[in-house]
Amino acid sequence: MSALLPAEFADLEPFAAKWCLPTEPERYGTRLASTTEQMQVFYDAITPRLEDVLAYLEKLPYDALPDDATNLLCLLYSMIQASFPVEIWRQPKVPDTGATSFDCFVEPVP
Amino acid sequence: MPRFPKPPEGSWTEHYPELGTGPVSYEDSISPEYFEREKEAIFKRAWLNVGRVEQLPRVGSYFTKDIKAAHASIVVARDKAGEVRAFHNMCRHRGNKLVWTEDPKNESQGVCRQFTCKYHGWRYDLDGSLTFIQQEGEFFDVDRSQWGLAPVHCEVWAGFIFVNFSREPSQSLREFLGPMVTDLEGYPFERMTARFGYSTTVGANWKLFMDAFAEFYHAPVLHGNQSPEKYSKAAVQAGFEAPHYQIERPHRLVSTSGVRFWEMDADMIKPMEAMTRGGLFGPWDKAELGEMPKGLNPAKCDPWGLDSFQLFPNFVILIWSQGWYLTYHYWPTSHNTHVFEGNVYFLPATNVRDRISQEMSAVTFKEFALQDANTLEATQMMLETRYVDRFLLGDQEILCRHLHAEVRDWIDTYEGASR
Ligand code: FES
Ligand SMILES: [Fe+2]
Repeated sequence: MSALLPAEFADLEPFAAKWCLPTEPERYGTRLASTTEQMQVFYDAITPRLEDVLAYLEKLPYDALPDDATNLLCLLYSMIQASFPVEIWRQPKVPDTGATSFDCFVEPVP
Repeated sequence: MPRFPKPPEGSWTEHYPELGTGPVSYEDSISPEYFEREKEAIFKRAWLNVGRVEQLPRVGSYFTKDIKAAHASIVVARDKAGEVRAFHNMCRHRGNKLVWTEDPKNESQGVCRQFTCKYHGWRYDLDGSLTFIQQEGEFFDVDRSQWGLAPVHCEVWAGFIFVNFSREPSQSLREFLGPMVTDLEGYPFERMTARFGYSTTVGANWKLFMDAFAEFYHAPVLHGNQSPEKYSKAAVQAGFEAPHYQIERPHRLVSTSGVRFWEMDADMIKPMEAMTRGGLFGPWDKAELGEMPKGLNPAKCDPWGLDSFQLFPNFVILIWSQGWYLTYHYWPTSHNTHVFEGNVYFLPATNVRDRISQEMSAVTFKEFALQDANTLEATQMMLETRYVDRFLLGDQEILCRHLHAEVRDWIDTYEGASR
């Protein structure tokens, strides 16, 4: 299978298939379907690499990112999603919100 | 001892004496009959925001909008002259819904050259005029110019598209908005096209959710678990006070003071906020928007956090000091349900660092809104038991008091006039 991410970030490749998701509903849905422990592993792997990722992406034209760079950016969006349960709640959904949902129907691309 | 000076009367609420300071009832939020009265007196009479001009980027762009509270379904389009127009989304032949895709119960959007009815093929120009009747010769003395789409009053202010369902609106849109709102002209809404839109159906009366965003008294408590414990504790300890409230009927405004997260100790903020330089208050690195209009932060609060302009009846424009803004719409669907739509607008990012600050800010907004929405269902449920119907409001909840009073006043005025 070909890599989703640039070669420099082969260490993040194990998370790519699950978390390189282009839309918020996909990322949020994956968060709700994951355990805090799974997200902790992802968080622990990606946060120390954040500065390298940003430095890499900054060298590319922002309005014409190649596919593997766009995947990398989506991985950062997923990192943000995963940070909420990992850093504070220790559960996938914000506490005390029962069946409430708030569906994202439009977002900037990329 | 208040952190911010209050008006000479001693409180914000007493500064507007017609509001009173006594307990209130929420019968207006649990009664199907009251909702019927709101429809007639308010949603069929006030100017209602249905979107922004950026949603109609070119000639022929359109979107449809179902507004249950006005018992209306409209199509909004940009005509060949570039004007934004609104029509009842109904064919003049036998009343079929004119513009829809797949399911007529769903809203739709797109671009077209003209509107063609799916039933017998009558066609309408983008300005609503009837241009084609299938087998016209079979009809009797038809003057096509008399059978265009039924127009809806539609006016644009600062790129916000408003409609009005009364036969003849008693005020122009500008008059309705008044200076407190129109003094926002010049804010670069049109440049802030990076949009995150969210929507949900809430099991609560529309006014109760407006109340939840009309006061920040709840924020340190309800949203306590959104922040590290040390910050939450400090926030509850401090409580919430707004430096400025303003009511210019029928609209209202609250300004808040700012928080400089980027100057705080690491144990007061979430690691991801520091990593992305973004959070509830928006990107830490302020977007440069140029000179701000005089209507923004009218009391010149410093530090200043945000202005929440609450436009009657169901529309909020919330502008953050960090150079981004939100809109809220509350579309009632019954006395105890409504569709809530929240939109987050930024300047389009030009680099990845700005983009992830925006992402963090938008995601944080959603997490807070989820908590606000869920609490509302808990409130509605209990109010409907009707065992208690007198409730207290503090001075920081003055805008909740005003919304319910304003609604009551519109109903009284309308029903008084038609009696
Ligand atoms: S109802 Fe539209 S053409 Fe007949
Ligand atoms: Fe809230």
